[in-house]
Amino acid sequence: MTTKVKARIMMAKFGLDGHSNGIRIVTKWLQDAGFEVIYMGLYNTPERIIKAVQEEDVDIIGCSFLEGAHLFYAKKLVVLAAKNRLDKVKFVIGGVIPPDDIDRLKELGIKEVYTPGTPRDVIIAGLKALVEKDAIGTGK
Amino acid sequence: MQSELVSKILNGDTAAAAKLITGLENEELDAAEQLKELYFHSGRACVVGITGAPGVGKSTLIDSLIDMFTSRKLTLGIIAIDPTSPLTGGALLGDRLRMRKHAADEHVFIRSLATRGWLGGLTKATAGTVHVMDAMGKDIIIIETVGTGQADIDVAKISDTCLLVLNPGMGDEVQAMKAGILELADIFVINKADMAGAEETKHTLAVMLEMRDYTQGSWRPPVILTSAMYGKGIKDLAEEILKHKEFITSTGELEESRLERTRLELFKGIESSLKNYAYGCVSNEEIEKLVRKLVDREIDLSSAVLEIVKQFGRQV
Repeated sequence: MTTKVKARIMMAKFGLDGHSNGIRIVTKWLQDAGFEVIYMGLYNTPERIIKAVQEEDVDIIGCSFLEGAHLFYAKKLVVLAAKNRLDKVKFVIGGVIPPDDIDRLKELGIKEVYTPGTPRDVIIAGLKALVEKDAIGTGK
Repeated sequence: MQSELVSKILNGDTAAAAKLITGLENEELDAAEQLKELYFHSGRACVVGITGAPGVGKSTLIDSLIDMFTSRKLTLGIIAIDPTSPLTGGALLGDRLRMRKHAADEHVFIRSLATRGWLGGLTKATAGTVHVMDAMGKDIIIIETVGTGQADIDVAKISDTCLLVLNPGMGDEVQAMKAGILELADIFVINKADMAGAEETKHTLAVMLEMRDYTQGSWRPPVILTSAMYGKGIKDLAEEILKHKEFITSTGELEESRLERTRLELFKGIESSLKNYAYGCVSNEEIEKLVRKLVDREIDLSSAVLEIVKQFGRQV
């Protein structure tokens, strides 16, 4: 019997940031690239997302920010994930992130940071590299 | 000896259960072994199926129902199913987006599953996921199907109580008389009842239900008007679900429903196991060669099928 592993990714926005165009487009891209995407939408809290991550057993969490709270939420998420022993889950951030903050986010443990204008294929290739190579199913 | 994962799940550990469910979805052998152990600890939970066309409000309805059960100190497992793309293999799982009132409640475990090519409104891992949540000690397990059509009836077989969710203006009397899921639902819900035509739809369904041949003392499916977004009719709906559970327990129909569910699981298990074996003994190239021959009319369909089946038979 062969196993049919599929990469699962959760997409979320936090706090009062209501700009969902970007996250929706990337969500659609990832679905089309063969990911199972759990779309959590707007106005989430880190606690809610971490509980959902546990229940959904996702490989990656994609967080989208526009309003400048990325450092605040990234810290909270990383701490909560460690507290819940979610050591295998990888964090990725996308959105309007000032260049100086990218390194700070990576120091916190965020694996990838994608800013506006990043081509679709770069994001997909980057995320596929984060999960095992054979983790993308064929749809059969 | 019990494996560590199994004992964790029996103690209600969410992360452990989630890992096993992933394993079941991926058809990992380890997961199948662990499910064997858990099987003997399941069979207690009440399984509620919620089905209906895409966009009728199934997820929103579940979100508002959660309250009604948790306030009665019942723990919940929710399985939310969305379709896998037949083109790319990807899926957008967007049900739990609508279930956020209780997103932080530890008594509620929500898991999204993608159909991964499975038809009938459920997924291959659904039955296993029910057993896992059941063994965790969840009192009620709600299965939300993908947006379904008339003939997607598996959910009615796998659940003790099956809800069919409709919207106002769903069709005329002839639509309501058609065969399929309409015949199997235990409770009819007309959601978005704040929209025009709710009473007419209720009437249409009520007329259809009146025409049925009820034996003495059999369950008469109620038609409930709800407006899940505004929390209207939810209390009545929750009461009907619990009433139906009491009813089938007292009449012995629960036992029948368990037999039917187990029978379905057995058949589906045999089918998928045979399929796995059969496809395991032919290569994709062989299949493609046969397809070419069929298209070119060098061979007929039943002979082609027989060729593969014989090959499988020799290997068994």
